[in-house]
Amino acid sequence: MSYLLTATCAVPAAGAVLTAALPAGSTEARRRTTKLTALTVSAVTLALAALAAARFKPGGARYQLTESYSWIRSFGISFSLGVDGIGAVLVLLTAVLVPIVMLASWHDADPAPAPDGTSDSATFEGRRRTQGFFALILAVEAMVIVSFLATDVFLFYVFFEAMLIPMYFLIGGFGDRAGGPEAARQRSYAAVKFLLYNLLGGLVMLAAVIGLYVIAQQQGQATFDLQSLTSAIADGKLVIDPTAERALFLGFFFAFAVKAPLWPLHTWLPNAMGESTAGTAVLITAVVDKVGTFAMLRFCLGLFPDASKFFAPAILVLSVIGIIYGALLAVGQKDIKRLIAYASISHFGFIIMGIFAMTSQGQSGATLYMVNHGISTAAWLLVAGFLISRRGSRLIADYGGVQKVAPVLAGTFLIGGLATLSLPGLAPFVSEFLVLVGTFSRYPVIGVIATFGIVLAALYALVLYQRTMTGPVRDGVRGMADLKVRELAVVTPLVALTIFLGVYPKPLTDLVNPAVNDTLSQVHRTDPAPAHPVAGPAGGEQK
Amino acid sequence: MSAVHSLWMEAAGANTASIPAPKIEYGQLSPMLIVFGAALLGILVEAFLPRRRRYGVQVALALTGLIGSFVAVVVLAADGYGTTKSGLLAMGSVALDGPALFLQGVILLAAVVSVLMYAERRLDARVEGVASDAFTAQGAATPGGEQERQATKAGFASTEVYPLTLFAVGGMLLFPAANDLLTMFVALEVFSLPLYLLCALARRRRLLSQEAAVKYFLLGSFASAFFLFGTALLYGYAGTVRLPEIADVISGVAPSTPALANSTQNDALLLIGLAMLAVGLFFKVGAVPFHSWTPDVYQGAPTPVTGFMAAATKVAAFGALLRLFYVAFPGLRWDWRPVMWGVAILTMVVGAILAVTQQDVKRLLAYSSIAHAGFILTGVIATNRQGLGAVLFYLLSYSFVTLGAFAVVTLVRDSKGEATHLSSWAGLGRRSPLVAAVFALFLLAFAGIPLTSGFTGKFAVFQAAAAGGATPLVIVGVLSSAVAAFFYIRVIVLMFFSDPQPGGPAVAVPSVFTGTAIAVGVLVTVGLGVLPQYFLDLASKASMFVR
Repeated sequence: MSYLLTATCAVPAAGAVLTAALPAGSTEARRRTTKLTALTVSAVTLALAALAAARFKPGGARYQLTESYSWIRSFGISFSLGVDGIGAVLVLLTAVLVPIVMLASWHDADPAPAPDGTSDSATFEGRRRTQGFFALILAVEAMVIVSFLATDVFLFYVFFEAMLIPMYFLIGGFGDRAGGPEAARQRSYAAVKFLLYNLLGGLVMLAAVIGLYVIAQQQGQATFDLQSLTSAIADGKLVIDPTAERALFLGFFFAFAVKAPLWPLHTWLPNAMGESTAGTAVLITAVVDKVGTFAMLRFCLGLFPDASKFFAPAILVLSVIGIIYGALLAVGQKDIKRLIAYASISHFGFIIMGIFAMTSQGQSGATLYMVNHGISTAAWLLVAGFLISRRGSRLIADYGGVQKVAPVLAGTFLIGGLATLSLPGLAPFVSEFLVLVGTFSRYPVIGVIATFGIVLAALYALVLYQRTMTGPVRDGVRGMADLKVRELAVVTPLVALTIFLGVYPKPLTDLVNPAVNDTLSQVHRTDPAPAHPVAGPAGGEQK
Repeated sequence: MSAVHSLWMEAAGANTASIPAPKIEYGQLSPMLIVFGAALLGILVEAFLPRRRRYGVQVALALTGLIGSFVAVVVLAADGYGTTKSGLLAMGSVALDGPALFLQGVILLAAVVSVLMYAERRLDARVEGVASDAFTAQGAATPGGEQERQATKAGFASTEVYPLTLFAVGGMLLFPAANDLLTMFVALEVFSLPLYLLCALARRRRLLSQEAAVKYFLLGSFASAFFLFGTALLYGYAGTVRLPEIADVISGVAPSTPALANSTQNDALLLIGLAMLAVGLFFKVGAVPFHSWTPDVYQGAPTPVTGFMAAATKVAAFGALLRLFYVAFPGLRWDWRPVMWGVAILTMVVGAILAVTQQDVKRLLAYSSIAHAGFILTGVIATNRQGLGAVLFYLLSYSFVTLGAFAVVTLVRDSKGEATHLSSWAGLGRRSPLVAAVFALFLLAFAGIPLTSGFTGKFAVFQAAAAGGATPLVIVGVLSSAVAAFFYIRVIVLMFFSDPQPGGPAVAVPSVFTGTAIAVGVLVTVGLGVLPQYFLDLASKASMFVR
């Protein structure tokens, strides 16, 4: 048994404790020590994640590098970790994004001057702010990685729920502090809304987790181990009657749909992303929300194959509504960060559509989409965050002509926007194309309607660029500095990855495809035979 | 008393010249005897020791008694009295079995932590140069009167709270172990009467405290009367007050007593009697609709006493409830389960919803304790061995969370004493992050967030309830948990994300006593959340009633 996966989760967890325990940072030097410590920890985590991905053999067993330790024997719960292709790419995504987010948020948690002009570095909270922020980010990273690696349903549930707490403090405790009491009120509202939505989802899932355990226990399978459960279901040793299976599926799916978020459970996302710092917003949309879509793929489809098929059409309809609705609302936004949030809701619609289309292209596309959306949205959002921090306003109307004063900033913002609208050659194009092809082959009407989402994406992304970056230089924008070295260091890897994975997605698809095929075989679905002969092997695979 | 009662019965039946001496197993009853002995010594201390020496001696005596009793419980459990050697003591009126020993252990630990909170004298400002605790200088003095001022000036202290608490603990130890209804009633009175007194002894806001005591006393007397009347009716039905014998009569195994031929096997007596017993016990656990005393009493009583009541009373009362329903009335499951379902659902929903509107921390915790009583009831209803173990575990974890939470409440003070109004807690996290973080941990445990003891307990009871076929209860429980989460989070928001009020309360630095109490609460909360296996095993091993 190797300890690699445990180490990948334990390093950021220990790092969070260490960072929180560092001496209070009333001086710049102290704060720098804190930040460098946290950054080092996240870099080590990235190295471990990369090592795990390198050790993973795509052709081998479904779950590799497995570890298992007894945890709560009374309920058949173990601390079991294992990585499959889907988990591997998402752990990599998390490990790549966290150091970037830290670098981007380098000064977000510095003691800011209070509205009355006094610095808050005199208070305990002010002195501990930096430690708190970076420790919370590491805590989120640790919990997200456990969620991606857990092969025990209960273990997954515990960390799926527990990650809400550090996330809640990140949203509520850190943000635009110049906004005064009104901004603080908005922020605390957003944090509470985030927590209550997700907690409700989690509690409904708890009922389903208990129900699953009780049914399994009655049939002599008192375990939470995912592989034992799925194989028992596949072998017919564990028979869940259809009504119960549907109820359990809905319990799990509700929690994941809140987290993802799926229309109409999405309303917490624009608040949470709008009010938090750009770094936190990236953590929400690019990392934490991915746990929701990932869990649909692993737990909903794996544990409840028949119910998944039963509900797939309804979920596809909801996801298409989400695609169009999110895009339409993005077009109408006045606030840059809320626009990106609505764009994300539209993208989550695509991901969920790809999962429940139940074709290999659809699900490979959905998994790639999770990664590509994470990278491209992170780039777009972080550059938007740099822009906002320069001007101190989130309103689109306050900007104009930025490309004349800060061309590099404008250029990277454009790349982020183009990636969002799935320009061919950039990473999201590959995944969006696969999702649409995969959906179209089974549900042509839904595939066609979803395509309009791409048109709307072009509208909101380009109009945002046009209004903020082109045209005459506005007063507040004059003299705006271009990207600094630190900011370039944030943007460069993201842009590079967006282009690289757009041109050469094979490393990812090689990792993902076996796991996707395995998931599909769990739900007894094969790709529909093409109605017309097509030229070449399975057209559309961008290999 | 019960021993005498059975003695009389047997003497009359045997009709011989020699009266057999009652057999009392002193060693196996030692947990209770130690506590009662310490309480009696405490009274002697009050009578004979000079005033200034009493505080130290009483604290030491109470802690020694409680810890000694806990050691006795552990020794008995280690000897196997909780599992293989469990049996009946004192001629069948007291049971010595797993649930009794487990709950006695929990009650004793909760009492130790409570006594630590009682002993705290560092928090309040020194009045006239004298260190003061949470209790009034002289209970008999008129609030705000000259006599009170004089007593305070003379440095009087209500050190009688320690023996009173020990008596209450003794009663609580007996309550879940009582194997007949009369012993149970005596235990109920033995622990209730000292509690009524303790509630009235707050140093600050004495009128509120006395009002709380009167309310508690009046409603508690009604509940006791119900319990006693129920006992009488059941005696009329079964011709016995022994719990296992009642079960035998219900199932038709035992013959009915000829002297009571007119009333035995009369189902009306049985059902009404059972309902009345349940009323008495529901009152003590604070289940809806018998909960209305809880917020007033929790708010008015001195906070250490509130913590003690919220933890230990609940444990004892649930212990008795479990024994009653599992030992005496398992054959009536189909009769009492629907009613219990209703009570559990009402308790969860009402507790959670009413808590949302509360503006006072202590009242909020009171309503939260009501909601938790509902969660525990879902485990009671499961009527399987899993359910019993789950309830035992839940009681253990809940006691320490609630004690810790009340201990934190004692720390947040302004010039008028504890600042319990929620608005004054605004911004606490900015001024005292450590205290606010600890309180947030307790609130998260109440809300049942994973990796805290509250989650493990909730999972255990809901799992048992679902296995026992009570799926709707689980769903109601989960939804009311979501409502409950709202108000716990509201307090967290208030502490961390609101601006402090000018002139708001400060956090007093506690002495080692309250510090220990809070530290124990934190350790148990995190420990039972992260590594619960040992205690789940313990609870599961203990979950077998002797008959």
